[in-house]
Amino acid sequence: MAILVNEKSRVIIQGITGREGMARTRLMKDYGTQVVAGVTPGRGGQDVYSVPVFDSVAQAWEKQGPVDVSVVFVPAALVRGAALEAIDAGVQLLVIVPDRVPIHDVLEIAARAAEKGARFVGPNTLGLVSPGKAVLGMIGGRAERAREWFKPGFVGVSSRSGGMTSAISYYLTRAGLGQSTIVHVGGDAVVGLSHPEVMALFEEDPETEMAVMFGEIGTSQEERVADLIEGGRFTKPLIAYIGGKAAKSGTRFSHAGAIVEGSRGSYETKVKRLHEVGAHIVEAISDIPAKAREIAGSRPK
Amino acid sequence: MARLFEYQSKKLLKQGGIPVPAGEVASSPEDVRRIAETIGRPVALKIQVWVTGRAGIGGIQFADTPEEAAAKAGQLLGMKVKNFIVERVLVEEKLDIRAEYFAGVVIDDAAKRPLFIFSPVGGTGIEEIARLHPEKVARKTIDVLKGFPEHEARNMLLQVGVKGRLLPKLADLLTKLYQVARTSDARSAELNPLVLTADDILYAADCHFVVDDYAVYRHPEFGIEIAREFDRPPTELEKIAYNVEEKDYRGTFYFFQMVEQTAGSEKYIGFNGAGGGGSMMSMDAVLNRGFKLANYCDTSGNPPASKVYRAAKIILSQPGIMGYFASGSGVASQEQYHSARGLTKAFQEEKLDIPAVIRLGGNFEEKAIEILQTYLKDIPAIIEGYGRDDSPEFCAGRLEELVTKSGGRRYEVRPFVETPIPEKAYVFETVTGRISFDHSKCSACQSKGCVAACAPKILKIEDGRPVLAITPEEAGKGKCTECLACEIFCKFHEQDAIVIQLPIPGLKEYRDRIIAGQDENQ
Repeated sequence: MAILVNEKSRVIIQGITGREGMARTRLMKDYGTQVVAGVTPGRGGQDVYSVPVFDSVAQAWEKQGPVDVSVVFVPAALVRGAALEAIDAGVQLLVIVPDRVPIHDVLEIAARAAEKGARFVGPNTLGLVSPGKAVLGMIGGRAERAREWFKPGFVGVSSRSGGMTSAISYYLTRAGLGQSTIVHVGGDAVVGLSHPEVMALFEEDPETEMAVMFGEIGTSQEERVADLIEGGRFTKPLIAYIGGKAAKSGTRFSHAGAIVEGSRGSYETKVKRLHEVGAHIVEAISDIPAKAREIAGSRPK
Repeated sequence: MARLFEYQSKKLLKQGGIPVPAGEVASSPEDVRRIAETIGRPVALKIQVWVTGRAGIGGIQFADTPEEAAAKAGQLLGMKVKNFIVERVLVEEKLDIRAEYFAGVVIDDAAKRPLFIFSPVGGTGIEEIARLHPEKVARKTIDVLKGFPEHEARNMLLQVGVKGRLLPKLADLLTKLYQVARTSDARSAELNPLVLTADDILYAADCHFVVDDYAVYRHPEFGIEIAREFDRPPTELEKIAYNVEEKDYRGTFYFFQMVEQTAGSEKYIGFNGAGGGGSMMSMDAVLNRGFKLANYCDTSGNPPASKVYRAAKIILSQPGIMGYFASGSGVASQEQYHSARGLTKAFQEEKLDIPAVIRLGGNFEEKAIEILQTYLKDIPAIIEGYGRDDSPEFCAGRLEELVTKSGGRRYEVRPFVETPIPEKAYVFETVTGRISFDHSKCSACQSKGCVAACAPKILKIEDGRPVLAITPEEAGKGKCTECLACEIFCKFHEQDAIVIQLPIPGLKEYRDRIIAGQDENQ
C-alpha cells in the first residue's frame, strides 16, 4: 500500500535534461521507480539514461501511455507553466522540487489542481519515498543510499524540513523501525499537500500504523493536524517534534497576517494544541525512535 | 520578506487607480519646501522607515506653511528610529478625515488562496478589533482563476454594514486593491487607514506592502536591495553575500549577520548551517554550549563547491570569532564532498588558525570527511569532520573542547588576496569564475589526475596537457560545475598548476576596512 506512490506508479520528469533533472532521474530509475518519459520542450527525441524525452507532457502521455505522476525539475520561474501543463494533460500528482517559486504562482497551481482534482507535493521539496517501492524527487540522493537509509515498515513520516525528513527516517531505520511512506511536504508558506492532508492519507493507509511529524514555527499546519485528531479524523498514534523553539517568536509579516493566524503559528501554541489532543511531543529528534518503539510495543496485536 | 516603503506602495496604488493624497518623497528640507509650495495647502510630513506607530514617536508632523514644513523636515531627517536613520520623508496634503477603514489582502496558507479582509474600524489596533469584535471584520477568500469581482466585494462590505453611496465606491476600490496586490506579487497589501474625507473622497492614507521574496526578480522597479525582511538596514557584509546569492541560482546561500562587532568576553563563532530544519537544530546545539553566533548562514539545496567556498570566505571576514561550526540535518541527500571541497579551498587560502567542527552527514560523507582530513592537515587550525551518526550536540561539545584548548584565540581577518593567473596559462571561464592551467608545469605531471578528478568529464589530454573536451562556451554555461576537484588534486598530488579564481565583489575592500579597524584596536 503506502501513500501517493508505489512500484506501479508511472512517472514522468519535467526538466529531465537539466542538471538536477538528469542526476535525479538516475536515482529514481536505479531505485525502481517506473520512469516512463521525460519532458523538455525543444529536446524531444533525445534520451536521458535511456528514458525517452518528449517536447510536451501530452506527447509523452500519447506515446508512452498514461502518466500518474510528474516530478518537476525546471527553474523556479518556469514552474508555473510546467505544472499547469501537467495538470491540463491529466496528471493527478505533481512533485514540485524547485525552491523560490513565487507564491502567487503556487496559488494559481493550487487553484487549477483543485479544479482538475489533482494534487501536488511542494514546492521546495526533496520529494517522497515509499521504501522498497519507489522514490520521487531527490530524497536519498543515490539509490543505494536510499535503500540503506529507508526500509519498508509501518511508520509514516511527514516533515517540513528536507534534511530532517531523511534524518528522522534514518534514525528510525537504525532502530529497526521501517517506514510506509516518507514525505517532505516542502519548506514554503503555501504547499500543495501540507501536514494535515498527508495525515489524512496515512489514516486511510492500512500499512501505516503510526505517524511521525516534523513541524516548524509559522503557518497553521500543525494546529490543523491537532484539529484533525480532535475531530476523530486522524486516529493513529502521532509523534511530533516542533522546530524553532529558540527562534525569535512573533516574526509576522503584517497585521492582517496576524489576524489570519490568530493565536496560531508559534512554538508554544503548536505544542499546546498537539499536546491537548494526545499527540506525543518529543523535545529532541533523537527521542523519536525510542518513543516509536514504546508505542509499537504497546499496540494491540 | 521584502518590504516596500510607504511612498513606493503609494506609487503602485496610484498606478492601479486608487486615490492617494497629493504628495512626493523628499530627502532634504529644500525639497520639502518645494513640494509643500506645489501642494499649496497644509501638509503632513511622514518619516519613511519600516516601523509601526510612527505618530507616537513624533515621526508624523504637520505644517501649515512651506517654511514650517522645511524646518520640521530638518528635524525629522537624520533622526534615529530603532535601527534606522531617517533618510526620506513623504510630504503629503493634510486630509480632513471623516472615517477610517481597514482593507488588506494576505495569503491564507490553509485555504491556499488570497484572503481579503475589510473592517469599517480602521486605524491602529486592528488585531485587537479582530479579536474583540470579530463581527466587524469581513473576510473573503478569493478564487485566483476568477479574480475578485465587484459583486463579491459588495457582498463582503454588506456583511459589515457598509451601505449607501459608499458601497459601490468602496467595492470598486477593493477590487483595484486586489489587482495591485496580484500584479505586484504582494505577500500582503494593506491600507490602514483607508480614509473617507469630508468631501466624500476615499484615499489610501497609509499603506503597508510586503513583496514575495521569490518574485522580487520580476520587479526591478522596486529597487529592493535584499529580498528579505530585516528590522534594520542590511550590513555591508550581507550586501556582499546577497550579491553572491543573486548571481548564482544553484542552491541557496542565506547569510544574516547577528553582530558586526564581536567585542567583549562572549564566545562568538562563525555558523554555517545546511537546510532550515538542520540549521535550526544545529544552532540550538551550539547555543546550549554557551556560544554566540556572529552570523547565521545556511548553504543548502545542493550548492556547488564554489558557493560554499564563497560562504566560508564571507563568514571568515568577521573578526573575533573563536571557531567555525558547520552542521546540517546530518542525513543529507546531496553529495557532501562539494561542501568539503569548498571549505577546504577557503580554509587553505585563509590559513585558518581557529578550530572548525564540520558535520557533513549524508551522501558520500566518508569521502567528504576524508577530503577535510587529507587536505587540511598542514594548516594551523584543528579541523574535525563528522557524519550522520554524530549528533549536533556531540559536535557542539567537540567545538567547545577545541576552543578551550586553543586558549580562546580570536580570529583576525586576513587581507583578501586573489592568486594570480600566470600570463601564458590556458584559461576558460566558468559560471561564476575562471580556471587556469599553467601548462608549463604539466610536463612534470605523471598522473594527469585532474582529468580523472573532473566529475562532469569536461577535460581531456592533448599533447600531454589537460584542455577542455567541450567548447569554452559550454563550460561557461554550466558544464563546468565548479566542483574544485581538479584544483585540489593538482595542488596536493601534482604540480600545483591549476588556479581557480572565484571573485567576491566588494570583499577585498570590506576586509581592508575591517583590518584597519583591527590594527587600531591593538
